[in-house]
Amino acid sequence: MNTFLRFGAGAIVSAALAAAPFGAAFAKEKVKIAFIGPLSGGNASIGIGGRNSAELAVKIRNADPKAKYTYELFSQDDECKPNVGVQVATKAASDRKVVGAIAHYCSAVAMSTVDIYHKFGLPMIVWGAVLPDITYGNDYPEIHRVIGTMINQNHDAAAFMTKRGYKTWVILHDTTDYGKGHDKYFNKFVTANGGKVLADFGVTSDQQDFTAELTKAKELNPDVIYFGGLTPLGVRIRQQMDKLGISAQFQGTSGIISKAFISGLDAALAEGTVAFLESAPVEKLPGGQFFMDEYHKAKFDQGWDTCGPFSFSATNLLLDAIEKVGPNRKKVTAYLGQVNNHDSIIGPINFDDHGQNTVPAITTYVVQDGVWLEWSDSEYASGKRQLVTR
Amino acid sequence: MDLLGQYLVNGIMLGTIYALVAVGFTLFFGVLDVIKFSHGDVLMVGAFAGFTAVVGAAWLGITNPLAQLVASVVFAVVGTAALGAAIAKWLILPLKNAPRLNILLVTLMLGTALREVVRLFYPDGSNPKAFPALLPTSAWNFGNFTLRADSVLLVFAGLAVIVGLHVLINRTRLGLAIRAVAQDEETARTMGINYTLIVLVTFALGSGIAAIAGVMNGLYYNEVNFGMGLLLGLIGFSAAIIGGLGNLYGAILGGFLFAGLQMVGAVALPFASAYKDVFAFAVVIAVMAWKPTGLIPERSSERV
Repeated sequence: MNTFLRFGAGAIVSAALAAAPFGAAFAKEKVKIAFIGPLSGGNASIGIGGRNSAELAVKIRNADPKAKYTYELFSQDDECKPNVGVQVATKAASDRKVVGAIAHYCSAVAMSTVDIYHKFGLPMIVWGAVLPDITYGNDYPEIHRVIGTMINQNHDAAAFMTKRGYKTWVILHDTTDYGKGHDKYFNKFVTANGGKVLADFGVTSDQQDFTAELTKAKELNPDVIYFGGLTPLGVRIRQQMDKLGISAQFQGTSGIISKAFISGLDAALAEGTVAFLESAPVEKLPGGQFFMDEYHKAKFDQGWDTCGPFSFSATNLLLDAIEKVGPNRKKVTAYLGQVNNHDSIIGPINFDDHGQNTVPAITTYVVQDGVWLEWSDSEYASGKRQLVTR
Repeated sequence: MDLLGQYLVNGIMLGTIYALVAVGFTLFFGVLDVIKFSHGDVLMVGAFAGFTAVVGAAWLGITNPLAQLVASVVFAVVGTAALGAAIAKWLILPLKNAPRLNILLVTLMLGTALREVVRLFYPDGSNPKAFPALLPTSAWNFGNFTLRADSVLLVFAGLAVIVGLHVLINRTRLGLAIRAVAQDEETARTMGINYTLIVLVTFALGSGIAAIAGVMNGLYYNEVNFGMGLLLGLIGFSAAIIGGLGNLYGAILGGFLFAGLQMVGAVALPFASAYKDVFAFAVVIAVMAWKPTGLIPERSSERV
């Protein structure tokens, strides 16, 4: 009897102890945040990498006993299409339980959804889209961005390429806001650096055949073919350059820095492609090692790809805001408006009056042996390999 | 001058693919007077069938590119021909006496369904697939003009299919039966022609040719994606219309004409190349206004 009692009491106590953390978790209020990105289509590898990174930030926060809320990630696929983006952004914004959003890799989509976030008063942070107008084209207090803009990117790209002795360019760009933005800024900076743009072709974002444009380019015989656009078109253009026997250097933008660009091509075709991104490689980010370790621990079936660290940082920033001011859209927006020197794995985040993070340096990337490598680490920088020269 | 050659080769390549699609539209219209709007998506299914066969062959340990190519073409053509015949049997023939608009709508919806099925149920179907290069990749350079062996082979294969179809229609008993059904269904029936069978065979034939165009498209661009049939179907249909719907040669002419228009639109016009499709389709509208029955009209007097 005695032992039974003692055993029973012990069981109850241990059960209560075991239940305690769960009890606390149940007591926490549930808060929903949205993630929006291209989870299918030609840019899916970047979108899924971003989604996983956001999920990782949420997971880490939920495992933190000090967190005041339990977070749930409401993840949506914008397919990199403005019309789909508008639908899912409306879906997220009109859900009253969603407090904030981490959204968009594709600039054209972000351009068409910023009005919705503003109308519904949903604070959002752009994790991957780089068109300046997303933050600078409006005065919406809800819109923020952790990644840099294409202005800096093209400024550095033009300087880098002209310094290597390239003089003439043919530009192809998709006719979305994203491609047109790259066209505008690269044109501006490369001309300022003494380069010459021989021709400028706009192409539709689902175009299959580029032989007409490229044959024209071949006739003009430029030093470099510049492409302002995203991975699927980048793959096709590089492929068709080869089919037409064009030997010019191929230069891309942040839009083609993805694993899919390399896997869509032969390693030999991708080799030596240069492109520019508003971020250092993850290994060199202040919190890069921590991010990589946690990401590997979480055992996602796909890598973080190009913009994962930005998505992770944006999610963390949003979670910090909610922790601080509570799950209230207006208060979170006000908090994000004041962000200054906020610690993150991509370095301190500072939003200017348009919610734009004043971002660090641009990094030059080059494909070497089937990997996007930082220029200074590559055999191209050490002189062991050569870009196409004339 | 050598650049002109390059444009010409590009145009011929595109034109061959367009012509193969247009031929399907014109066959269906000639025989049954229907417009099958799912044709472009049937082509896409053909391309995916071909792609699956290549992947499957590689999985079975067959690494010889020629064997993979044969597997790809055979699987794509047989599978897609069966799909075409099935569409005819269960969707189009039952609606033969319904208003034309119904068939148009049904096939339009079927096209969307096929597209979504591939997108949702094909493994990782929403992403573009890298179609392996199975043809020799050697190239000859003549100054600015690069001629690739694979393009040449593809054009010849396409032309061979078109010539083969011509022979089939004009020189064989099957062709005779198809022409008979096209000209007059009732009389053909009284002459002892199995009407249903001929319709099914025609649809299988047109769809099989679309599958070849799909595989060719994959080999040429080294990529297949679930949305590829949408624009190709529209272009093929336009090509068949400007050539003269119901006329085989019109479809071929239309295909090459449309490719030529796109080339001109991208290269010769002063405004941005982004408008090349706008230009090409605008010309199609103009041609339709000028010759409503197409450049080589079906001899309609015989049909009455």
